[in-house]
Amino acid sequence: MRKLTRGQDRTTATGATLGELINDLDRQFPGFRERVVEHGDLAGSIAVSINGEVITGGLSEPIPADSEIHFVPAIAGG
Amino acid sequence: MATVQEAKFKVIGTRPIRHDGVDKVTGRAKYGADISLPGLLHGKVLRSPHAHARIKSIDASAALKLPGVKAVITGKDLPELPSGAQQMGEMVINPRFLSMNVLAKDKALYNGHAIAAVAATSPHIAEEALALIKVEYEVLPAVLDVRQSMAATGAQILHADMRTAGTPEPSDKETNVANQVRFARGDVEAGFKAAAVVVEREFDTSMVHQGYIEPHNAVAQYNSDGHGTIWCSTQGTFSVRELSAHILQMPVGSIKVVPAEIGGGFGGKTTVYLEPLALFLSRKTGKPVKMVMSRSEVLRATGPTSGSHIKCKIGATKDGKITAAQMWLAYEAGAFPGSPVGAGCMTVLAPYALENLQIDGFDVVLNKPKTCAYRAPGATNASFAAETVLDEVAEKLGIDPIEFRRINGAKEGTAQPAGPQFRRIGFLETLEAAKNSEHYKSQLPKATNGKKYGRGVASGFWFNAGMQSTATVSINADGTANVVTGSPDIGGSRASCAMIAAEVLGLKAEQVNPVVADTDSIGHTDVTGGSRVTFATGYAVYEAAQEAVKLLKERAAVLWKTKPEEVSYQDGVASFGQESMPLKQLAGRLARAGGPVTGSASVNPRGIGPAFATHIVDVEVDPETGKVDVLRYTAIQDVGKAIHPSYVEGQIQGGVAQGIGWALNEEYFYDDNGVMRNSGFLDYRMPTTLDLPMIDTVLLEVPNPGHPVGIRGVGEVPIVPPPAAIANALHNALGVRLEQLPMSPPKIVKAVLEKK
Repeated sequence: MRKLTRGQDRTTATGATLGELINDLDRQFPGFRERVVEHGDLAGSIAVSINGEVITGGLSEPIPADSEIHFVPAIAGG
Repeated sequence: MATVQEAKFKVIGTRPIRHDGVDKVTGRAKYGADISLPGLLHGKVLRSPHAHARIKSIDASAALKLPGVKAVITGKDLPELPSGAQQMGEMVINPRFLSMNVLAKDKALYNGHAIAAVAATSPHIAEEALALIKVEYEVLPAVLDVRQSMAATGAQILHADMRTAGTPEPSDKETNVANQVRFARGDVEAGFKAAAVVVEREFDTSMVHQGYIEPHNAVAQYNSDGHGTIWCSTQGTFSVRELSAHILQMPVGSIKVVPAEIGGGFGGKTTVYLEPLALFLSRKTGKPVKMVMSRSEVLRATGPTSGSHIKCKIGATKDGKITAAQMWLAYEAGAFPGSPVGAGCMTVLAPYALENLQIDGFDVVLNKPKTCAYRAPGATNASFAAETVLDEVAEKLGIDPIEFRRINGAKEGTAQPAGPQFRRIGFLETLEAAKNSEHYKSQLPKATNGKKYGRGVASGFWFNAGMQSTATVSINADGTANVVTGSPDIGGSRASCAMIAAEVLGLKAEQVNPVVADTDSIGHTDVTGGSRVTFATGYAVYEAAQEAVKLLKERAAVLWKTKPEEVSYQDGVASFGQESMPLKQLAGRLARAGGPVTGSASVNPRGIGPAFATHIVDVEVDPETGKVDVLRYTAIQDVGKAIHPSYVEGQIQGGVAQGIGWALNEEYFYDDNGVMRNSGFLDYRMPTTLDLPMIDTVLLEVPNPGHPVGIRGVGEVPIVPPPAAIANALHNALGVRLEQLPMSPPKIVKAVLEKK
């Protein structure tokens, strides 16, 4: 993913929802949306945490102001 | 020993007799292999004798002429499916690879790979038919070592169209490396320069199996109306439905999956092997078909967990602060992509606050069975490496190993390797409890008769999962209740769900009857895995029971001719002013008060509480023979709120037992041709009760604030620390660092001799 962000491991973006945030990241780093969105929804291989909590709401998930957001691989268990 | 800190619950935290206990101890519980239907046919699978071979032709004509044989199918009979990752419910799958693992198409990719399936009137005729199927193979070179596979070229390549995903620059090179991933922050080089001590080692771990006692099985009946039913032993009925529907290109809603009792899963029963084959054979013959694997088939052809090669480098200042950590993990995925290397990267070192960190992971295909989940998948391999190196760093610094972990321990606000910060966690509490334990303060036996003694500690982390669950809670006319969920019970979830409902309803645990329903009888429920059921399905049960209480108040209000909000409900008694009515009485009057009461809830909860553990182990080792006896074991774990402490203790003891087997004995042993040579429990050596001491448990209850009763998953993290803890104990005893799993007698003797 850092290839898309030109090596940056953190950046700032805006959006009231996760979808809007991803759109803003895509404007900054073209190709970002294609990497994390499939068939109009958050890709199943990607998990998103907002302020330390993995979210379940997909692209419509509201983003509180000044949130810290991480895109990480989705993991199941045994 | 349970350390229960809260007393606000009446049922939660107690130890009632398990609801399914009588059926299981009397042999009445119905497992998959017990199921029989009129006109039943029996299916068997022909498996590849080669680890890597092109399938040039399959001739089933002689088999089909054998009296009693009703059908033979091969991979070419299954629908062609597209390659590439597809989301399916909560799963991401590659449909083509999934189908190719169920029945090979053009190539056999591991010894035991399914080549053809037969349905016949008896198991013996089906087996006889297998011997009559003529398969012409072009044998190809097999690659069985993860590092060799990373360098493979030409005929050693398993999938001609595979290219490594996740590389900085796209590559068009044929490869067996399916994926690579990196987690990094800070400046590791600067961190190592600032260290007073740096330790660097390389480790190898062998492929191991979950070792569930019950082999895979499936009974399927296809009806002429296009609907089918599958009875099977699985951790996820909805997963079996979706995966089978995908492979056979049937509508998901046309398949019903009925869960049989399950004789162990540990992650290995979260995918399909026989289920779509049995349904396909039933569709072809018009008869129900039953398929049951042998133990050899289970070991050779289902999903063990990855062997791995791991490099680990950690540096720290002289006062014990870790300045940098770097890891390189290559995991065997088996014949198709999808090892748990991502989870290995994200769990290893998660117990520690690290400013400078780099973890690289590689998912590598090779000619072994496709791996499947196994209890904290990916975490144990990586933890073996990291916790061994951490122990050595502490030793070189002269710092107690628990104190070294405490100095660097993660707490609320600490960033995980993947970035997100922890919320309330109890890792430091496990270290404190370990340090203050009677076990850690006790003296080891003195060396006698040439035997050496050692003590080791290690810690571990697992995320735990949430995901989707549904539950209904209905009130019976006698005031008892039924709880229906879609979560197959692999570790005590019937009891925990019944107890949560009982707590809310004010009943005793035995007054609640827990039922695990089929896919037509309950709303979608994700797989029993990720230590999620008591958390997420328990969450649904809690919500459904609350809904039932709301309805009970409404019914009581009708009887008392008042408003529902005027009615209170506590400890199983509805009250209004001076009036009161026990649930037993109210339940008998529901017909005149608005009708039956059923609460239901479907959830996809957040608030997942991760799990941490610290283990202490004492070993006795004979340096002459390499034999190791585990003398004493204490597992300390942050368990959130223990709903049924006996089950939590059982989960911890079970995880430790599996971890001890992984540490000392278990391994897939392949010959040079890629044929597994220990595909039975006589030679695949799992620990028995004779090999293990009593495993003491300390339950630390740091309630998860993200759950209404404080639940954290507990089932997986106990398998993470044992190999490292035992390796550290062996070093304490012998003065040598073991870098390979299993630490079997020959390896120990070799290490001792090399030291001399």
